[in-house]
Amino acid sequence: MTINVRFFASLRERIGHATMTVEADGITTARDVWKAVSGESPDEEMLVAINKEYAGLDRAVADGDEVAFFPPVTGG
Amino acid sequence: MTVEIHEHPFDPWQIMSAYRSKNLVAGKSGASAVFVGTMRDFNEGDEVQEMALEHYPGMTEQQLKDMRDRAISRHDLEGALVVHRVGVVHPGEDIVLVAAFSAHRKAALDACREMMEILKSTAPFWKKETLAQGERWVERNTPG
Repeated sequence: MTINVRFFASLRERIGHATMTVEADGITTARDVWKAVSGESPDEEMLVAINKEYAGLDRAVADGDEVAFFPPVTGG
Repeated sequence: MTVEIHEHPFDPWQIMSAYRSKNLVAGKSGASAVFVGTMRDFNEGDEVQEMALEHYPGMTEQQLKDMRDRAISRHDLEGALVVHRVGVVHPGEDIVLVAAFSAHRKAALDACREMMEILKSTAPFWKKETLAQGERWVERNTPG
């Protein structure tokens, strides 16, 4: 299973990368991806997108998916 | 283009004018409602020198297009326009333009307000401010 992970804004700075590739067995949800890349529990406000659409942390991920993590949005 | 992301300063009035002449059928739209958001030089009591605006290329555009399409069908609009700035922005420069065009004023005004609130709460953009004492991320948008 290969997941392309992206981070934006303050989360990118916290993780220290804009993108990462996760190759691991035993990953079934976005929550598992977050744990694999950060080693932490997700904070409640964190937003998740799978293949550029909003998703919940417990949404299933598939091989080749792009999973993005970012803080609350502040546009406009 | 009806959804645009600009990396450099844009003139919302020129874009409005061009959109109206190119995309609207003359005589059908009796109402144009527009919101323009402009960068302030202050936030939370501090002077802000500049701001870096980041987005998620691909996802941001799709979110804005979906928002616009839904507003058009929900309010039976004649047209709608969404423009947003990214990159380094200075006080006085415009950040966002949202416009709605309809036969009567209620639909245009409601749709303009609604699109602005959806954009603020769901479109993937993030602001980082530069103050005299350093940089800070804007953590959340205030309710409209």
